[in-house]
Amino acid sequence: MDIVIQFAYVVSAALFILGLKQLGSPATARRGNMISSFGMLLAIVAALLDQGIVDYQWIVIGIIIGGGIGATVARMVEMTSMPEMVALFNGFGGMASLLVGMAAIAPDAATFTLITIVLSILIGGVTFTGSLVAYGKLSERISSAPVLFAKQQVVNGLIVAGIVVSGLLFATNPDTGFWLLLVVVLSLAFGVMVVIPIGGADMPVVISLLNSYSGLAACAAGFAVDNNILIVAGSLVGASGIILTQIMCKAMNRSLSNVLFSGFGSGVVETT
Amino acid sequence: MVPAVVFLTFILMLSIFLGFELINKVPATLHTPLMSGANAISGITVVGAVSLAGTGHGDAAQWFGFFAVVLASINVVGGYLVTDRMLAMFKKKEG
Repeated sequence: MDIVIQFAYVVSAALFILGLKQLGSPATARRGNMISSFGMLLAIVAALLDQGIVDYQWIVIGIIIGGGIGATVARMVEMTSMPEMVALFNGFGGMASLLVGMAAIAPDAATFTLITIVLSILIGGVTFTGSLVAYGKLSERISSAPVLFAKQQVVNGLIVAGIVVSGLLFATNPDTGFWLLLVVVLSLAFGVMVVIPIGGADMPVVISLLNSYSGLAACAAGFAVDNNILIVAGSLVGASGIILTQIMCKAMNRSLSNVLFSGFGSGVVETT
Repeated sequence: MVPAVVFLTFILMLSIFLGFELINKVPATLHTPLMSGANAISGITVVGAVSLAGTGHGDAAQWFGFFAVVLASINVVGGYLVTDRMLAMFKKKEG
């Protein structure tokens, strides 16, 4: 059975690639999205055949709740609000990878697995809160102006250092829940910190970048739970997301670092 | 046994080239639908979540798996449907 599942994953990966390719041309874009969604369906059905699953109850309930919410929201959202909806969905995907990483923690886990768990929590957490802030800015639930304060970069540097140290301490000492908790909290905080200094007008680029991150989070989660389709599809989204971000920046005549650090530096805040 | 990190590097390298080839010549009007479509694929983490949610242990890991299934399902279903709506609108404008 396992070999059937693995080959089904190979087919889904091919459908994702084909789908993305067709999404790139106006004539075939809609069909491309359909092909990609079929690849996802195949991957989920294959995953359900896993011999390790003994209880389908919570899986079915989860899919019904999540699918129902997703379908309802996607149908009701105004056309003009779609980009922020994409940000919100993306944030949920990131949070899901964070949770998969947490669930993969086992007492006998290898150090490599623990490192990939830390990565899925870090990238998933940053994607989650970063996407929520992007959603808030685009929907104007929070001010879309860049948020800047004194010593912001110092604070960011301390957060990154904190994540690295607590991540390493967790990977070497997985029995201490404190370090894990610190990784989670700091990652969530860091997601907020990276998006607040960026103005609302640049949010589409930021969402594209966060989309790339959610792919990488899925890739890291794939290593944590030892699942090939997560690794392959996640890195595909991670790579195509970062390239799309570059192209979007170019279309706006800016560079990526220009967007990411637009709020910092001269002290002159753009009012776009 | 080849270490997993080598496997990762291979996949990432191939994905970067593939991603570049797939995305490189996309017209600007398709940027948002493409981003949305790729976002739906990142919900693939649902596949990892279902096996965790179905272990039947009733422990914390199973609950994390369950909530991951819920969130990733929102990402997948919502993502594909929103992309489809965007593209449907696109087609009408063209015609």
